[in-house]
Amino acid sequence: MQGPAYTPKNGFTRWLDSRLPIIRFTQENLTYYPTPRNLNVWYTFGGILAFVLGVQIATGIVLAMHYTPDSAFAFNSVEHIMRDVNSGWLLRYLHSNGASMFFLAVYIHMFRGLYYGSYKAPREIIWILGVVLYLLMMATAFLGYTLPWGQMSFWGATVITNFFSALDSLIPGFGTAVVTWLWGGFGVDNATLHRFFSIHYLLPFALVGVVVLHIWALHIPGNSNPLGIEVREPQDMVPFHPYYTVKDLFYLSCFLIVYSYFVFFAPNALGHPINYAPANPIQTPEDIVPEWYFLPFYAILRSIPNKLIGVLALFASLLVLVCVPWLDTSSVRSARYRPLYKQFFWIFVADTVILGYVGSQPVDALLFNTPIPLVWLGRIGTLYYFAHFLLVMPLVGLFETPKPLPNSIAKSVLSTTPAE
Amino acid sequence: MAGSAKRIIVAALLVSAFASATFAQETQAPPPPATPEAAPAGQSGAAAPAPSPNAPPSAATPAPSTEALPPKRMSWSFDGPFGVYDRASLQRGFQVYKEVCAACHALSHVALRNLGERGGPEFSLEQVSAIAAAYKVPADPDEMGKTVDANGMPLMRAATPADYFPAPYPNEKATRAAMNGALPPDLSLIVKNREGHEDYVYSILTGFGQRPPANEKLAPGMNYNPYFPRHQIAMPPPLTMGSVTYSDGTPNTVEQEAHDVVTFLTWAAEPKMEERKRMGFNVMAFLIGFTALLYLAYRRVWHGHHDVGAPGEGQG
Amino acid sequence: MDHTQTAEPTRRDFLFIATAAAGAVGAAAAFIPIIDQMNPSADVLALASIEIDLAPIQQGQAVTFTWRSHPLFVRRRTPEEISAARDVKFDDLLDPLARNANLPDNAPATDENRLNRSGTGAKPEWLVLVGVCTHLGCTPEASTATSRQGDYGGWLCHCHGSQYDTAGRVRVGPAPRNLDVPVYTFLSDTRIRVG
Repeated sequence: MQGPAYTPKNGFTRWLDSRLPIIRFTQENLTYYPTPRNLNVWYTFGGILAFVLGVQIATGIVLAMHYTPDSAFAFNSVEHIMRDVNSGWLLRYLHSNGASMFFLAVYIHMFRGLYYGSYKAPREIIWILGVVLYLLMMATAFLGYTLPWGQMSFWGATVITNFFSALDSLIPGFGTAVVTWLWGGFGVDNATLHRFFSIHYLLPFALVGVVVLHIWALHIPGNSNPLGIEVREPQDMVPFHPYYTVKDLFYLSCFLIVYSYFVFFAPNALGHPINYAPANPIQTPEDIVPEWYFLPFYAILRSIPNKLIGVLALFASLLVLVCVPWLDTSSVRSARYRPLYKQFFWIFVADTVILGYVGSQPVDALLFNTPIPLVWLGRIGTLYYFAHFLLVMPLVGLFETPKPLPNSIAKSVLSTTPAE
Repeated sequence: MAGSAKRIIVAALLVSAFASATFAQETQAPPPPATPEAAPAGQSGAAAPAPSPNAPPSAATPAPSTEALPPKRMSWSFDGPFGVYDRASLQRGFQVYKEVCAACHALSHVALRNLGERGGPEFSLEQVSAIAAAYKVPADPDEMGKTVDANGMPLMRAATPADYFPAPYPNEKATRAAMNGALPPDLSLIVKNREGHEDYVYSILTGFGQRPPANEKLAPGMNYNPYFPRHQIAMPPPLTMGSVTYSDGTPNTVEQEAHDVVTFLTWAAEPKMEERKRMGFNVMAFLIGFTALLYLAYRRVWHGHHDVGAPGEGQG
Repeated sequence: MDHTQTAEPTRRDFLFIATAAAGAVGAAAAFIPIIDQMNPSADVLALASIEIDLAPIQQGQAVTFTWRSHPLFVRRRTPEEISAARDVKFDDLLDPLARNANLPDNAPATDENRLNRSGTGAKPEWLVLVGVCTHLGCTPEASTATSRQGDYGGWLCHCHGSQYDTAGRVRVGPAPRNLDVPVYTFLSDTRIRVG
């Protein structure tokens, strides 16, 4: 659905439009782009993500001007940034807390998609591209965390790269060959750090490319909306500018307040103190934990006592996301009108939080003051995680009685009685 | 209104429950690091995992719980969003570091010139030059290219403010040889590197002097300190009453010395803290004002459009 | 699209202008650290000042130090070199200015003005120069007792043939300016601080 056509107003813009229609492109996709008029706060996180990606790239490029990706100098170069480089401490804390904010925003964005059925036809490709973006983010964050070459950097890299040695159970020797190839040596070492830096610098630009595809795929059907119903008439829509530019900016500003709180007043709250000691290959820290945004997957990995199956479960927990558009059998998009699914959605959210808690604790911890090993809670959480996608989503869609949908967006917005 | 607000409250409760469960660890015992502080270098490379405090005992007597005590809760001048370093305490703390700790502990990430910079002890230019000149650092090779003198001792020169604090020993092996196998950690980042941060370091320094309970046998060469994981630390009590004599007449109790040196070490780990909090206040003030302006602009743009998606409106 | 016009367009416009202005200020302020981080960091600035012990330098000897990433020439001139510099007619100089950071910009390039007379009085034997040819930045080579570089007893730049005299003043181009004299001061008869 297109808005008003762009007509160049003067000679220069006519000349440019016939050679590279960049102004037309911006007008059609950003200025006049028709957007449902009822998008709420949860729909602003796509724009917030784009902003944070820009911040990460900008701070990352300038940090790379001062960082040395060699195991003998990496840790010291980060301290040099913190102490000597003008505003270096600010750039470093922006980048490290920016990664956390990036994941906070992406989780909200993903949960919004799950709640409002944004992944449903015809928007399956947008969702799949989103999963690709999420995987690229996870890879970038993992690689980036190794760069300061602290204790957690080193040992986290050792644990994660050792995933691939699980392949030895399938083909003897193959897993070890893969891991040796990844390391460039016999363990995580200088060669590994160099290549991790190279790929960490590269992946954000792959992210930008996939973001372009993600937004392009979105602009074909247009945005979905909280009611989950199709756009029917022009009154259902408003132009993106100024309605959503100002709304996105407002919520972005709120988000920046949260971001700034961490950067300026609690810059190390989301990190781990152990990473302020230089990497020591001889001495393993007591508890190796990833950053908070990986904790649920860490719990899934650790809940399975078999090495290969644990790794496969971890990958499966990510890949199951790809299948979501086909796992959900409901013909109703938005959970607003799906009273049974709504409950399961919130239980799923609680499940991911519980898995995150389990992932943060030592593997032999007990459940608070009880004698129950926490790993059992992790196993229940893991089973429920998969059950949500593989059982709840297909079955609830078949058996639930949805609420009656409103007729149109405009009528539900403009009527005096709420559509609910 | 009710629907979306309910969801936000539920989500916030979940997040805070998760956060408090995770971050509550900070006030409990720091997980015992398998550091060589407690282990002489007689062991081979791989560090042995810490015995679980709940492991069944092999003898008849119950195994002692050697989890470290939670650190003492102290209040510091630099606590909170408006906290700053106590300048006099930083200078006294530097004196404690220099006269007591520097014999064994390096401070390699701190440069002598940092002592004169804003946000730190703020010694004057003359004081910093004098402090620097009292240190010796390895000299550049002489005209013949030699780095040692006729007796085989390394050539040294007086340090300048541009130099970093020289370490007491040139490498790890030399340190362990002089310390009976122990490796005193570099103190530049110790406050950020340990759970409990400044409270933990203070508790260690003031936690000596207690008698170990009957069921905890002290290994030879170790010292009892219940705030340290596994309760046995290779470092002997570094501070006593009168370890240093303060020129400003401050009483030189162990608590005061510990307080001052911990303040100094917090600065050593975070020299930009004051600048960070100052900038944070300005940024927050700007952002809150800017958010308010944006909110007004947002309502103005959407006025009359029955914005279902506005905060407080919509059915969630 | 339907834009509801309010009765006070000026008040609405002011709000938008004020918001946009605040946003522009915030964005500019946010960009400052990105730009400023490329300026020299504190450790680089700390090496901007070095102290040099002059005692080991013999008369007629020149030593090259490193200062601010560049060569620094310290030469202890013989009386012949000093008088050679003082005998030069002022009009023969290609560059009439002293280029001495310790003096005002318009000071003429007399031999006295190529020195620093701070600290312990006039020391015409000590010449401290930044060893960077003022043409395109190569390091000129110094004349010694055994090897004469250029026709003026000073320095010859092998890159493009510029020649400097015993006060470091350019006598043959293509270099346009005399070698720079940096900020330095005598801490004692045998010690200077440069920078």
